[in-house]
Amino acid sequence: MVPALADLTPLISAAVTPGVVSPGLDLESSFSAALEGFGFTPAAAHLLWLPLPMLLVLVAAVVGVLVTVWLERKISAAVQQRIGPEYAGALGVLQPIADGLKLLVKEDVIPAKADGLLFTLGPILVVVPVILSWLVVPFGQHLLISNVGVGIFLWISLSSIQPIGLLMSGYSSNNKYSLLGGLRAAAQSISYEIPLALAVLAIVMMSNSLSTVDIVDQQNGAGILSWNIWRQPVGFLIFWICALAECERLPFDLPEAEEELVAGYQTEYAGMKFALFYLGSYINLVLSALLVSVLYLGGWGFPVPVEWLASALGLSPDAPLVQVITGSVGIVMTVLKAYALVFIAILLRWTTPRVRIDQLLDLGWKFLLPIALVNLLVTAGLKLAFPAFFGG
Amino acid sequence: MFVLSGYDAFLGFLLISAAVPVLALVSNKVLSPRSQAGERQLTYESGMEPIGGAWIQFNIRYYMFALVFVIFDVETVFLYPWAVAFHTLGLLAFIEALIFIAILVVALAYAWRKGALEWS
Repeated sequence: MVPALADLTPLISAAVTPGVVSPGLDLESSFSAALEGFGFTPAAAHLLWLPLPMLLVLVAAVVGVLVTVWLERKISAAVQQRIGPEYAGALGVLQPIADGLKLLVKEDVIPAKADGLLFTLGPILVVVPVILSWLVVPFGQHLLISNVGVGIFLWISLSSIQPIGLLMSGYSSNNKYSLLGGLRAAAQSISYEIPLALAVLAIVMMSNSLSTVDIVDQQNGAGILSWNIWRQPVGFLIFWICALAECERLPFDLPEAEEELVAGYQTEYAGMKFALFYLGSYINLVLSALLVSVLYLGGWGFPVPVEWLASALGLSPDAPLVQVITGSVGIVMTVLKAYALVFIAILLRWTTPRVRIDQLLDLGWKFLLPIALVNLLVTAGLKLAFPAFFGG
Repeated sequence: MFVLSGYDAFLGFLLISAAVPVLALVSNKVLSPRSQAGERQLTYESGMEPIGGAWIQFNIRYYMFALVFVIFDVETVFLYPWAVAFHTLGLLAFIEALIFIAILVVALAYAWRKGALEWS
């Protein structure tokens, strides 16, 4: 794999065509330029810059989770004709913070028969890769932590670390429910990872690049009409189903099916370790929704290209004001698209029944995997036949 | 060195994201009450005294799926360079990938036929 990736990077750089899209906000170069004005070396300016987007993204991820938890509670209440949280803050918006603080001061119980080290390591291994995957989520041309060459592939490889953590926590709990939950979680994750990777592969083929920024750039030539969802409708559905399964959301929440397994691999967990699982699963949901919007719904792209609007208004796309507006609109669009998908995921959770494990595995292996392979080959064939529409 | 451009951020973010659970667990340790008395540490089993441990033999099916997974996961890893370079490779690469995928489809059909994908 390593030599293959090394061979591939020159191809990636070759594939980065100078786009028609304007460069947009580049905060790093402005920041570096400002610091160098004070006499810093470029390397020092870079080092000072590095932690800023990371902390910003971390805060954004946590706020995203809080909003999602609140949305989940409010929407589930609306589905069941209840009111939901209403006392903590206006409309109960502070409820998730109250939940988090409560979990922070809860006692941490490690069962006597459990393996203490693995029991602690499990939730950490679940939450770290999920946070780390935010490295490649772009909110604008330069509004991401790092535009690494392997881009979306990094997310795919990181997401396969999570089942190890789930299996670890299930097995180390020394509890029958946890063991079954952990095994189910691992089986489910690995079954849906392959169709997911194949669906991403079709997108990568159309963009000629693994970088998430290039993937979005490739979709934003003509606004909403050039989004990948029109060229990859099957891939979009495969990706969305697999993303729900990877996040263990209903209808695929077998690992923690509460009627059968109490809480699956989380049964023995309390306090902050439980909170880490909770945090991990919601960060993963928001991340998956963001990646769907990046891969299929044009990422930060506005339905009508912002460059067209700017030129219609007689403004240069490179003017500072236009760049700030474009950048902000880009962030809002990314988040808006992602939250539309989060809303669908929440509605699905409260309106669909759970599938059985044999149905789950049948769907993954006997339906989604062949369909994903066919989708990939059809994309390759179409790219050969109509290169203009499928990324050259 | 081109391969490693941007990975200093990866390393930094790895440290920051690893610090999140560590800080959370440490602050939990400091803030939470501690009492390790008796029943609390018992394994949960729907209110009963737990019968035996859980480190037991489990269904062989999980191994079958793991084995099939390894085959197809390696396949997708091999296909990634192909997909990125596809626009420069053309028809021949398409036919090669077709043969490669066909071999794996035969493997899938074999596993399917042998019942490796059946749950019960």
